[in-house]
Amino acid sequence: MIEKSLKQLSGMLAAKDVSAVELATEYLGRIKANAALNAFIATDEARTLAQAQAADAARAAGNAGALTGIPVAHKDIFCQQGWVASCGSKMLKNFVAPYNAHVIEQCDAAGLVTLGRTNMDEFAMGSSNENSAFGAVLNPWDRKAVPGGSSGGSAAAVAARLAPIATGTDTGGSIRQPASFCGVTGIKPTYGIVSRFGMIAYASSLDQGGPFGKSAEDCALLLNVMAGFDERDATSLQHDKEDYARDLDAPLAGLRIGLPREYFAEGLAADVAKAIDAAIAEYKKLGATVVDISLPNTRLAIPSYYVIAPAEASSNLSRFDGVRYGHRAADYDGLTEMYEKSRAEGFGWEVKRRILTGTYVLSHGYYDAYYLQAQKIRRIIADDFQKAFADCDLIMGPVAPGTAWNLGDKNADPVAMYLEDIYTLGVNLAGLPGMSVPAGFDAAGRPIGLQIIGNYFAEAKMLNTAHRFQQATDWHQKAPAL
Amino acid sequence: MKWEVVIGLEVHTQLTTQSKIFSPASTAFGAAPNTQTAVVDIALPGALPVMNRAAVEKAIQFGLAIGAKVNQRSVFARKNYFYPDLPKGYQISQFELPVVEGGAITINVDGVDKTINLTRAHLEEDAGKSVHEDFHGLSGIDLNRAGTPLLEIVSEPEMRSAAEAVAYAKALYSLVTWIGICDGNMQEGSFRCDVNVSVRPEGQKEFGTRREVKNLNSFKFIEQAVKAEVQYQIELIEDGGKVQQATVLFNPDTGETRAMRSKEDAHDYRYFPDPDLPPLVISDEWVERVRSELPELPAAMQARFVEQYGIPAYDAATLTASKALAGYYEATVAAGADAKLASNWIMGDVSATLNREEKDIVDTPVSAEALAGLIRRVSDNTINNKTAKDVLRKMWDEGVTDPNGADAIIERDGLKQETDTGALEAIVDEVIANNAKSVEEYRAGKEKALNALVGQCMKASKGKGNPGVLTELLKQKLA
Repeated sequence: MIEKSLKQLSGMLAAKDVSAVELATEYLGRIKANAALNAFIATDEARTLAQAQAADAARAAGNAGALTGIPVAHKDIFCQQGWVASCGSKMLKNFVAPYNAHVIEQCDAAGLVTLGRTNMDEFAMGSSNENSAFGAVLNPWDRKAVPGGSSGGSAAAVAARLAPIATGTDTGGSIRQPASFCGVTGIKPTYGIVSRFGMIAYASSLDQGGPFGKSAEDCALLLNVMAGFDERDATSLQHDKEDYARDLDAPLAGLRIGLPREYFAEGLAADVAKAIDAAIAEYKKLGATVVDISLPNTRLAIPSYYVIAPAEASSNLSRFDGVRYGHRAADYDGLTEMYEKSRAEGFGWEVKRRILTGTYVLSHGYYDAYYLQAQKIRRIIADDFQKAFADCDLIMGPVAPGTAWNLGDKNADPVAMYLEDIYTLGVNLAGLPGMSVPAGFDAAGRPIGLQIIGNYFAEAKMLNTAHRFQQATDWHQKAPAL
Repeated sequence: MKWEVVIGLEVHTQLTTQSKIFSPASTAFGAAPNTQTAVVDIALPGALPVMNRAAVEKAIQFGLAIGAKVNQRSVFARKNYFYPDLPKGYQISQFELPVVEGGAITINVDGVDKTINLTRAHLEEDAGKSVHEDFHGLSGIDLNRAGTPLLEIVSEPEMRSAAEAVAYAKALYSLVTWIGICDGNMQEGSFRCDVNVSVRPEGQKEFGTRREVKNLNSFKFIEQAVKAEVQYQIELIEDGGKVQQATVLFNPDTGETRAMRSKEDAHDYRYFPDPDLPPLVISDEWVERVRSELPELPAAMQARFVEQYGIPAYDAATLTASKALAGYYEATVAAGADAKLASNWIMGDVSATLNREEKDIVDTPVSAEALAGLIRRVSDNTINNKTAKDVLRKMWDEGVTDPNGADAIIERDGLKQETDTGALEAIVDEVIANNAKSVEEYRAGKEKALNALVGQCMKASKGKGNPGVLTELLKQKLA
């Protein structure tokens, strides 16, 4: 059952071959049995089963949607009424959300059953999931390896078949990179497609929610649920509702794939290069042509991102002051000390590092040199993508320079960790959609992801492209031995 | 040495929207603490601001009313600082690109007009309130006010005295309440002034170092605070000291200003464009629609009053002090009162009574139509002026709104003026007989003596005699 696609599960639920309660029970059992992976921060069996019962009742009453009764795991970044929304932080470990994020509302309305809340890097800051206040998630393919971040719990959960689908968010690669490291499919949509209402902000101008699944098809179905205009998010786009699964089977003949030179340059691991080359060869067989393109400022995405994201984060995280909710130090003398101690105790090192960086780059006298410069680079990077799309329909390349590294390997050197984001950051800076599709394994058996980047609103095309690849290959069907 | 005072004002006007500037919570004043708070106002994780277009519309109204430029594109920025009543840890305001730029307001001090230019007006959110009573050494936070829309209106430093600063604040107050973007309730903080004051030797080009007096919520305090600041700064400099840039508070009890923080510990607010809010785009169509719906403004109305009603400029200015007063005047004239008489009565007895009773024109118990009925009876000599004052008093006490209310009181109380020459002749004869001294003086050429005689006649007629008729009769008989 755990290898079934959403379509198959939906059919089984409709045919009463399985009930939502049975499905939820199966997955809750797997979550419990694999608690060592640390993919979940919280589960609540009673709640989950109650929701599953309601789904079964809806099906029995004949007012169910296609996905009613399908289980889903939610990244701990989405506010979900009655659940703790910790965002991977000690600061919010007791914060019970009193309202639902738009994404949660949509999932609930579609009848999806919440399995639990997945682990993540604290406030979505990190590429390895080691920054969680709840401990690192282990990569199901190799427990010595990181699962990637920040949505490492969601990626690991889908990879280990602890959930058929999961929600995530991507600010600089936080869906694509863990999807790549865990061998699952994930897509970050065009900025503004998924409402940020109720999604705890890291860097507002870059944050975007998106789905994880075993396949492009499953991602398309979950994206159908997650996407949609929301007037409570001023950056939500008034884009007509679309069916992201509508073109899954469309032929790829004539598809022009752009290969950015800069994504295949120095620093790319040989195993990864080989797998991406093989994937491209597969696409040629499917009728695509390949175009050599350039994204000349790829390198600059790193400093630009690591100025803009911390700048926004330093301000976004100011609300965690111990005054109204969240962690407050037990002992303090006066207001200033309450702030200092509460924040010093509540935040982890990477969060502190980014708050400090962000505060610095916004300071009087540094703003022009850092923040404004970074914004200029951001514009240039977006322009580079538009120039590239004049010559191709989609861009492909690796998600990351290498595969999952070992837990602890890069913790001593934050800059080395930041450099791993080189291929994912540009997409966020430009607001473009990007996805990761399983495309093989390295010599050590760690998964490799193919990145597909589309122009604005190209999600259906990208999912179609990924789906055709998954029809022709079986990388996405491989599951780790647990 | 002669000193010149330089003053600029930053005024926070609370906009009269139903809901907050970035949240659907109500802006009504006085609710139980923290009951008017949406997720945005408490700054829950994941909460996002959404622009309230009603607040923008009010900013456009203001821009048009002062002849300013309404920017097609303006940007919201975050002003970052920590304070318990600032739930997000930043205030959403406008920094580099405000919604309104430029414009001017004309003030009048001692009969002289002066134009004060405005720098800008920008939209921002108010903070909550810290409550220090009743918490046994702790502080409470009330976030009902957090997110209330404000328009911060910044003037150029063009005022040169406390009187000018007050005149500017009053003119601005009159305008924002006139166009209805602010309820003007200064007690509740709807109109709060920060006053920047500096002094420089007369003739010097450069400005002196300024100190900013924060949060003045009455015109009297503005005047007192400016005077206290000016005195402090001049004395400091004359004693060999130097003014340090500072934010100061005015204590109305002592009449003194006290430094709150100096430039050294000024915040670095780390302003940057708010990524949660796209730039505020205002279309020409929107501006034109607001323009077409804008009420007639005080200056235009004054000119029209002079033109249309033939009243003096002074009257027109007084009557247009508020929209309600102007409306009352126009309604009185429309109901048939003589325009100049109506002006006299409203600026005179009506305003005096309102002042005495600390009431606003909207609270007047006598309707404009009823007042017009009274004035008509003065015009047609049914009653004289003195009787009319008494009738108005009665109308006031009885709350007369009926257009014929004055007639009813005149009839009921038998106050109709006596114009019958026969009846008045007897009175005149009697007065002449009993006031030999005045008669003598009048005949000797003292015109004033006649007034005394008329007064005696009025008294004898119990106020009902027509003074004009009595004067004529006296003149005839004494000729």
